[in-house]
Amino acid sequence: MSIISVRNLVVEYGGRRVLDGLNLDVEEGETMVLLGGSGAGKTTLLRNLLGLERPQSGSVVIKGVDITRCSKAELKRLRRSIGVSFQSAALFNSLTVEENVALALREHTSLAPAIIEMDVWMKLAAVGLAGFGKLYPQELSGGMRKRASVARALALDPEILVFDEPSAGLDPIVAAELDDLILFSRRVFQMTVVVVTHELASAFRIADRIAMLYQGSFLAVGTKDEIRASQNPHIRQFLDRVPDNIATTHVVESFFQKYLSSPEVTP
Amino acid sequence: MAKFIESVGRDTLKRLEYVGGLSIGLWAAVRALRTTLPVIGNRYRWKASIVQMFQIGVEATPMVGLMALCCGFILAMQGGSELRRYGALSLVIDLVAIGFTREMGPLLTAIAVSGRSGSAISAEIGTMVVTEEIDTLKVMAFEPIEFVVAPKLLGALIAVPCLTVVCNVCGIFAGWIYMFFSTHLGLKLYVREVLDSLVLRDVVSGLIKSIAFAAIIVLVGCLEGFRVRGGPEAVGRSTTAAVVKSTFLVIVADMFFTAIFYFTEKH
Repeated sequence: MSIISVRNLVVEYGGRRVLDGLNLDVEEGETMVLLGGSGAGKTTLLRNLLGLERPQSGSVVIKGVDITRCSKAELKRLRRSIGVSFQSAALFNSLTVEENVALALREHTSLAPAIIEMDVWMKLAAVGLAGFGKLYPQELSGGMRKRASVARALALDPEILVFDEPSAGLDPIVAAELDDLILFSRRVFQMTVVVVTHELASAFRIADRIAMLYQGSFLAVGTKDEIRASQNPHIRQFLDRVPDNIATTHVVESFFQKYLSSPEVTP
Repeated sequence: MAKFIESVGRDTLKRLEYVGGLSIGLWAAVRALRTTLPVIGNRYRWKASIVQMFQIGVEATPMVGLMALCCGFILAMQGGSELRRYGALSLVIDLVAIGFTREMGPLLTAIAVSGRSGSAISAEIGTMVVTEEIDTLKVMAFEPIEFVVAPKLLGALIAVPCLTVVCNVCGIFAGWIYMFFSTHLGLKLYVREVLDSLVLRDVVSGLIKSIAFAAIIVLVGCLEGFRVRGGPEAVGRSTTAAVVKSTFLVIVADMFFTAIFYFTEKH
């Protein structure tokens, strides 16, 4: 049985359909990359997977619990087994890095402070921030902040680890480090990993399977090689980085022609 | 005409919706208040509440004190210039004492706190929304109301009445400064006159008001913060809205409370 299964997920904002009947299964222990362009509905899908939004219809079943219908208490219990690293890192600015990582341990477990301290140190060491625990998030660089948020996501030893745009706003070297970190933490902690991204290089590096999202529905779900070999025009366009025709001289000229012949200009 | 009625209806519904949002917020925050209490609640919420008490109360003391001194002096001068004509200068003492404990003290404090802390609260929460920190709290299985709002509410509920007492004392002291310079009245005699003119009801009604004002300021600040959508400029707008709306609501609530105390008084 798959650890996450999405069935006929439909999300609408003000009549506009953002997700159109999605179906997806994520198996235990695999790395699933949700790949898609801007506005494809990646973030919306992620928010629905985390139970931050309720869909119009359809279901999201995680570890056998339908999070679109379950009670608040059940959702809370489930969330302890999910670690999330958001796009903007979202570290709590009033807390040090250490306190950020320790927060969930301190409040959701009854571990002794010494054990929490050790655990926090281990998690920080795992992301390469062993000596930076006493600093505040503002004092870290963008890449370090992302890694700190990964450490925080790992704090409760989750079964599922979710990343929203891990490499957004990072230079290629730091982005590659983060990819390594994702591969490393999956190998070490044996987790299911879900990554939302539009970065091709990082997607093909870390994925076991890729789900290609386009305008609210999946074009294809398959292994890296299957996606690479796909002949679907939209997937090909994305992989080969072919731009849509919005700024060619031809298109701009036709806009001008239309404007000049409009009644405002020539009454 | 139909358009006008339509817009009136729409605006009315919007206002009602806002008041409804405030009531829901109040209910949720009051329910979460238990977790902030010492001993029976959560240790970390209690600590956060103490920090809030410092920020809302202690840090505002010099400013509120100075404002109260100025207002007390203003009230005494304005009252004195009229009462002197009737040879009733001693009534200035009653005017300042009763005016401050019943009305000026709670109102001045509330306006100062709404400018200082109401804006700070909405900016803090608004930033947390924009940087996904609120979402992070949710996926870490924390209740944002309990984590963010409840400590602020408890802090304000304790700090604002204390500030009001400080405000009353300073305002009444300023009344003595006026009396000293106009009639060489000694401080001892002045204090005795003040205590003679006050009844317990005056002080208690002022403190009840200040508790209500504290709740209004915190809830409006939090609601505005949580309503932030989009980017940093929305945070700025929410801060302005928090100050404007909370000051407005404080004055409206003041009117209702004063009316209640006026009509329940035995004449």
